[in-house]
Amino acid sequence: MTFIHAFQFIGDNVGLLWDKSLEHMALSVVAVAIAAAIALPIGLWLGHLHRGSFLAVNVANIGRALPSLAVLSIGIAFLGVGKANVVLALIVLAVPPIITNAYVAVDGVESDTVEAARGMGMKPIQLFWKVELPQAIPLTFAGLRTAAVYVVATATLAGFFGGGGLGDIIANQASYGLDGVVGAAIVVTLLALGTDALLAGGQHLITPRGLRGETELRGAAEYQATRVAPETA
Amino acid sequence: MIGPVLADSGPVIPNFGRADTCLRENHTFCWSWVKAHWSDTLGPALVQHIVLTLIAIGIGFAISTACALYAHRRGWFERPFSVFSGVLYTIPSLALFQLLVPISGFSTLTVEIALVSYTLLILFRNTLTGLRSVPEETREAARGMGLSDSQILWKVELPLAVPAVIAGLRVAVVTVISLGTVAAFIVDKGLGSPIFHALQSNFTTELIAAGALAVALALAADGLLLLAQRLITPWSRYRRA
Repeated sequence: MTFIHAFQFIGDNVGLLWDKSLEHMALSVVAVAIAAAIALPIGLWLGHLHRGSFLAVNVANIGRALPSLAVLSIGIAFLGVGKANVVLALIVLAVPPIITNAYVAVDGVESDTVEAARGMGMKPIQLFWKVELPQAIPLTFAGLRTAAVYVVATATLAGFFGGGGLGDIIANQASYGLDGVVGAAIVVTLLALGTDALLAGGQHLITPRGLRGETELRGAAEYQATRVAPETA
Repeated sequence: MIGPVLADSGPVIPNFGRADTCLRENHTFCWSWVKAHWSDTLGPALVQHIVLTLIAIGIGFAISTACALYAHRRGWFERPFSVFSGVLYTIPSLALFQLLVPISGFSTLTVEIALVSYTLLILFRNTLTGLRSVPEETREAARGMGLSDSQILWKVELPLAVPAVIAGLRVAVVTVISLGTVAAFIVDKGLGSPIFHALQSNFTTELIAAGALAVALALAADGLLLLAQRLITPWSRYRRA
């Protein structure tokens, strides 16, 4: 019964849910964009140099181990409640998967390919832009996708920390009732699944044709990232 | 007349025990509170958190190993189970907890169902990939020695898959510890419970202490599993040398 009422709540509150969803996505997009701007250059360049695997892999291990609620609460304890601080905490959570995937992607480009390019007289910069980067796109993008889905999910917790978004409704059962909470939970779920599907499509489009099919399955990226861990850590 | 005056004076201030200067002046972090409340708040929450995690990992491991073994035999099973567990993995934790409430109520069962569902994708994929990455020559050699299919599975494939399985366990355990903090929104258990209490009373010491404990627990579990993997599979260390 609750589910029927939850859908009634969604129907009755389309405007509210739309506003909260926009707020939710704005929060997430800003966090992922800033995290990507920080993490992509570091990860890709370290991969190009084949240096700092310890850093790249351990950043991810530690980052993955950080409970999101704990990061948010510790951050908020020091910085205070508010949108900017929630975004900051989300950035901290989004950076590790992006760095690791970018690193693993470039570092793992076949050495034969790199040698061939070098033999053709490519400079390191050309090698990076024309050979390594195109090959690294699928796995790098998979990292972005992992981070984005993670951030959309975690942004739900922002409701507890004055960050707004759909978490506002889920955290406030006193005002919206269980129907409203379940309704908002349904909307968040759709947002997360939608983000994942959208980025999966983007990943498919951006992947060079010859490389399609390998890393597209959900979870492949998580596995790739974990596979390097036990051997290098 | 003091009684009623106290009762009317704003929000109820949590009882911090022997209040010292740090607490009276409301500093960001008071070590004394942590020491005073280890045995009645933080310790029990930590133990509950570990129990929640172990149950979820145990059940999740059993389900996903069974499914991975089945998918190893019957290839068609991989795709549907990957999609199914991938969808579960993508649902935000707070939302999944809430979606289960109408079905199983505000109970530990709700929490465990959600936590288990987050382990499936990672454990299934890692176990299956581990089983599949056994070199064909190794399998051939085992068959040549006269091992049956089930002997090959138990004596060759599974032992060789152990590093991948443990890599999956590491991610799964850390994920469950992380999401277990959110579970306190449903049942008053685990390290999330002091975090939510602290949020309501705006008490930063408890917020930081419980948060740091959750981080420490996750890192410790990750380290322990890595150590276990090195002990169980000593050969994987020599491979690179």
